[in-house]
Amino acid sequence: MAADEAEKARGKRAALCFAAIAVLLGLPLWWKTTETYRASLPDAQIARLDALAFQLTVPVAVVFAKGSLPAAQQRRLPFAEMREEETPLNLRTSVTARYETAYRSATAQEEAALALGTVQEADAALLPLQDGLLGSLTVYIVPEASSLLPQGVSVYIGKHRSAVVRGPPAAGDVLTAVNAQVRHIAQTMSFTPDSIAAALSDRVPLDKLGLDTRRPFKSSLGYEITFSLLNPDPKSHDVRWDIEAAVRGYVQPFLDKLSFVANFTVDSQILYYAMLGVTPRFDKDSSSFLLSAHSLPHVINPVEARLGSSAASLFPVLNFLLYVPERAHSPLYIQDRDGALVKTNAFHSPRWGGIMVYNVKHPAADEAPLPLRVDVDMVQVMEVFLAQLRLLFGISRAPLPREFLVENPGNTGLAAWELDCLLWARTVENVATVSTTLTSLAELLDKIGNIVIKDDVASEVYRAVAAVQQALGELAAGRLGAAFQASKEAVTSSERAFFDPSLLHLLYFPDDQKFAIYIPLFLPMAVPLLLSLAKMLREAGRRGKEPAKAD
Amino acid sequence: MAAARARAPRRLPALLLACCSLAAALAPQDQVEQFFKSGHTNNWAVLVCTSRFWFNYRHVANTLSVYRSVKRLGIPDSHIVLMLADDMACNSRNPKPATVFSHKNMELNVYGDDVEVDYRSYEVTVENFLRVLTGRIPPSTPRSKRLLSDDKSNILIYMTGHGGNGFLKFQDSEEITNVELADAFEQMWQKRRYNELLFIIDTCQGASMYERFYSPNIMALASSQVGEDSLSHQPDLGIGVHLMDRYTFYVLEFLEEINPASQTNMNDLFRVCPKSLCVSTPGHRTDLFQRDPQNVLITDFFGSVRKVEITTETISLDPNLVILESGTPKDEITTEALKYAEQLPVAQIIHQKPKQKDWHPPGGFILGLWALIIMVFFKTYGIKHMKHIF
Repeated sequence: MAADEAEKARGKRAALCFAAIAVLLGLPLWWKTTETYRASLPDAQIARLDALAFQLTVPVAVVFAKGSLPAAQQRRLPFAEMREEETPLNLRTSVTARYETAYRSATAQEEAALALGTVQEADAALLPLQDGLLGSLTVYIVPEASSLLPQGVSVYIGKHRSAVVRGPPAAGDVLTAVNAQVRHIAQTMSFTPDSIAAALSDRVPLDKLGLDTRRPFKSSLGYEITFSLLNPDPKSHDVRWDIEAAVRGYVQPFLDKLSFVANFTVDSQILYYAMLGVTPRFDKDSSSFLLSAHSLPHVINPVEARLGSSAASLFPVLNFLLYVPERAHSPLYIQDRDGALVKTNAFHSPRWGGIMVYNVKHPAADEAPLPLRVDVDMVQVMEVFLAQLRLLFGISRAPLPREFLVENPGNTGLAAWELDCLLWARTVENVATVSTTLTSLAELLDKIGNIVIKDDVASEVYRAVAAVQQALGELAAGRLGAAFQASKEAVTSSERAFFDPSLLHLLYFPDDQKFAIYIPLFLPMAVPLLLSLAKMLREAGRRGKEPAKAD
Repeated sequence: MAAARARAPRRLPALLLACCSLAAALAPQDQVEQFFKSGHTNNWAVLVCTSRFWFNYRHVANTLSVYRSVKRLGIPDSHIVLMLADDMACNSRNPKPATVFSHKNMELNVYGDDVEVDYRSYEVTVENFLRVLTGRIPPSTPRSKRLLSDDKSNILIYMTGHGGNGFLKFQDSEEITNVELADAFEQMWQKRRYNELLFIIDTCQGASMYERFYSPNIMALASSQVGEDSLSHQPDLGIGVHLMDRYTFYVLEFLEEINPASQTNMNDLFRVCPKSLCVSTPGHRTDLFQRDPQNVLITDFFGSVRKVEITTETISLDPNLVILESGTPKDEITTEALKYAEQLPVAQIIHQKPKQKDWHPPGGFILGLWALIIMVFFKTYGIKHMKHIF
């Protein structure tokens, strides 16, 4: 009896030990070994990135030439003030534009420059006197009577980062009168609330699908530009174009100015027997062939298959096509929606590129030997292509009042302040992209529990978070160049982290499949344990009741 | 009183005229808005056939017919990712090699001579498909195998094969579930890899595959509801297998009438293949899509009608400034003699000394063999010999 009791007691202790080991040791071990490896991510910082409050600081220097200020206000110079304008875009995004304006009077060298004959010469002479930092602006106020600005022009915006303004009459409060003009100029030459809202169109859905938001390419680390010459009729036209010299002379200076923004590669090709997909109509009145505006969308597709874009790089490709119409269809003009002929004879497609039709002058004599040698006038062609290139990059000029005279950027095709506008928009866009990427990565990792995060992915995320915080800081400090650089690094790191090939989640297992795998493993072990535990509890319950019954 | 009454009728035609002129002014504006309503600038197509083996000929023919229609309507090969799990055209059982027919009596060869298959044969796996969709592709992948869409791309995804309730079979060895597909689309949305997505699936119980979608801007069509089988169309006695599935056959007939300029909308596509023709009930899902299907053109997804703008401004360039600069670079071009790089270090191979191999301890098999031999020896001759050995 006693031996039996001892045996039973030993059995109970054994069962309890097994259960204890299974629960205390086995369960945590199984849990730990079957969880997915996740390196730690800066979740708190990523959550804070979700709400973006941009502080864009523009350092503006306002320089008063002699005679533009009354003596009373002249004594106040030099001083600085800061103006803030906040634009809340939505719950998670707000933009505060800060204009740090430093007012001072002109130095002797600046006076000498402003005394030159034309405003263009003055602009060129003033350039070495400015710091030329990206994002900064200098506004020169000349007296009302000055002859520097032509008649009827009150504001001149130069090729670089300066503007010359004809001040109001020197009596009265010139400073406040000038402030409004300075603000308008600063907005034109850096950013407007609309341009920033357009750059943030991913986060802030715009109500209207404006052309300006969809036309430009999104910010990318590089672009490939392809120039193609389409010659559908090599029998009649022997077309030569000196594309290398044209690219070197006209396109490369433009791209060099933009080299800070992205890497560019340029190539060119000549395609023979490449037809347009549309047959042009013959117009008897002008005895020319016309392509109407609504048939233009169908022109691109048949050609696109032959452009060789599958051999291009992974960057977005801009295609510029020069089409020399066949002899039978010459001259070919493009008609816009109102029926008028388009002066440039060219059209472009958002985020794709542009096409220009180049008409060849045929000599009157029909016996001219075929094929006719055609040397393409590259200047005319490049004028159109560069204009299209500017539009595709989003460098478009908002309409300005008539008193504003904007200097032609010359052969480089891009003024320095236009580059600044692009950089402001691109930096804001990059920061918004990084914020969206990182927050969506964090959200995805929450939602899909099976994704493994390796250490290098985690380090890229840390780098992206640090870079974006640096970019925001530099934007607030007014250093546009450093801010853009930091935002580019942030985008590179965050894209690399998000698109890392290892982040493919392990194949999804529905719950019933999980049960089907674990039950044959755990059930045979669990059933005897549970049964013996149940038996022990029942006996303990019966013994507890018996002493009560005995008495 | 009379004056007031006289004034009223004079005001009415003026009001009508004002309304008419306003409407006339709005009409061209509306047309411009209509023209840009869809908001996309490029089109992509991902066409997947998931079955292998000769008797699944019809799935390859399905995919190739959609490929052909999509190419005809304007999407170039560089924007199409075509995944075919098996090669029917060059299959040894194909009585007409290099052809894949979609109509009986061999009327229409959908293989053609300019097919560009991006993922072929064993490359069509669930993993590769998900990598294409989410963009998490190894860096060595060529451009033609990538889906380089952006936030203004409309993507058409067509899948066909054998499926069941909630899954689609790939290559007869693995499956993709509807949850994974929905998660993949969500990852695409998070990274804004599409503007709008049209998902078409032609399998048995196809409607189960789009049940779990939760990302915005997705429209889905399926050839059959849950619990129904999608049936094949017609066999060809010359080739010996069924050539097409019913749903895709009627969709192809519908698409043959579309040209790049047509204004047919999605509601017509929903009505393709009613139960009388298809035997199964095709289904569709539009609750995640923001626009009304009435306003969605077929060519928004199946074709590639680009939006164009007339270029009205030019830059003025001064050719004189350039001529001065282009003089110098010509001198710098020095062509160096080109020669082949060393392909194979022949001298090194010929005069190679035999490599010193590191010594490794004997592996499991050798040890086991010797253990067996020793055991047998001692069993036969007795254990007392052991002390002589050790």
